[in-house]
Amino acid sequence: MSAVSTLVRKDLLLELRKRESVPAMALFSLSAFVLFHFGINRSSVDGDLAAGLLWVTLLLASLLGVGRLFVAERDEEGFDAIRLAPVDASALLAAKSLSLLAFLAIVEVVAIPGFAILLLGPALLPALPGLLAVLALADIGIAVVGTLASALAVQTRARELIVALMGLPLLVPVALGAARASAPLLQAGGPGALPGRWLGLLGLYDLVFALVAYAVFDYLLDD
Amino acid sequence: MYGKALKPLSLATVATLSAAYALAFFYAPNDADQGFVQKIFYLHVPLAIVALGGFIAGALMAIGYLRSGDRRWDMRSYVAIHLSLIFAVGALVTGSIWARASWGHWWVWSEPTLVSFLIVFLLYACYQPLRFAIEDPERQARYAAVFAVVAGAFVPLNFLAVRMATPLVHPRLLGATGSLPGAMELTFVIALAGMALLWTTLWKYEMASKAASMQLRSLRRKLAARVEGVSLGGPDGADAQTRSAAPHSPTPVRAPAEPVEL
Repeated sequence: MSAVSTLVRKDLLLELRKRESVPAMALFSLSAFVLFHFGINRSSVDGDLAAGLLWVTLLLASLLGVGRLFVAERDEEGFDAIRLAPVDASALLAAKSLSLLAFLAIVEVVAIPGFAILLLGPALLPALPGLLAVLALADIGIAVVGTLASALAVQTRARELIVALMGLPLLVPVALGAARASAPLLQAGGPGALPGRWLGLLGLYDLVFALVAYAVFDYLLDD
Repeated sequence: MYGKALKPLSLATVATLSAAYALAFFYAPNDADQGFVQKIFYLHVPLAIVALGGFIAGALMAIGYLRSGDRRWDMRSYVAIHLSLIFAVGALVTGSIWARASWGHWWVWSEPTLVSFLIVFLLYACYQPLRFAIEDPERQARYAAVFAVVAGAFVPLNFLAVRMATPLVHPRLLGATGSLPGAMELTFVIALAGMALLWTTLWKYEMASKAASMQLRSLRRKLAARVEGVSLGGPDGADAQTRSAAPHSPTPVRAPAEPVEL
């Protein structure tokens, strides 16, 4: 447990000093909202469209962070250091997922209000409690699958390319579940009820991929 | 070792597939709703089922590799996934043709099976770029196997998600084969068996070819080593001989060159 918290602290400290991923992800989200405004020629959106724009943007922004997640480990021999330390692979998996989760949370603190100001028609505040639940479940899925995809791609020649190619299809169920779950929250006449079956799907996705990642992560480390 | 039963297997494949499509055209009745076009069902559905089965088989073989570390399992998994990708392209194309003929559109988003299949295909299309972007052969095998396992777990989850998202218009075959008329069901089962045989035969052919070229490479390497030994003269020749007497391993491991002391 202390290994996990040490690794998370290291990642957060590094991000605080270098500011490589989080500002880029946040800026990307805001630019995407501007692009969507011109692309679909609407100044305010609600319902399905709002949920879709929000989740496509967040997923694409998260891929930017996913691509960089293990770069420090790879470039600065961090993998060797972790293998030498008495830390097992699952601790690294947990730490990296938590770091990515933290990055996503910070990005969303910027991106969600930005979305509400720039594009969202209905008020954000009444929808917020439900949206937070969807965000939490979806972010866990993105964090786990993102860590896995990042660890798979980091040793390849075309890292960013592989992350995007592999991450997008893998995250389709998250996009689907999260967008369907948040659509009634963002509808024009005030938020509707939170659809439980989509939250259930997101939860199932998180659970299955957490188990799969736990089972295979060992093999991505031992060299 | 993969070449053994190839001839009978190939003959069985040809016989089963010919029988299946002869039955499809001359025995199974035309569909009351869709008419003749529905015959593509005997091609499309077996292709799709065998492709998905092949992806799952690839994941199981990848688990075999991760557990044993035997490179042959990796090769089997690679061939299985690569063949299933080709079958999946066939399933997508025939599905699209069928959709055009019976619903009037090349692509129908309200058809969960077709949509899930596309997503699965897009994911597996990433297998080869990932694999061949890794230089070290041992790491390549390991990472490809991990990908195969992750993607194998993704397949059922994705089908569940997409099915939840769409109203059901697609004929649900696996649960509903009982409702097919007897003649159609018989034809379908034979077509499915034929397609599975085709996959197995192609898999064995490719494995035989891969095993043969690996063996050839290792023989060449041994020959080169022996020629070198002869031209140098001395005890190296004897060393090369003992090496060539060693049993064939599918992945010849060359000893790292030792620094020469001067």
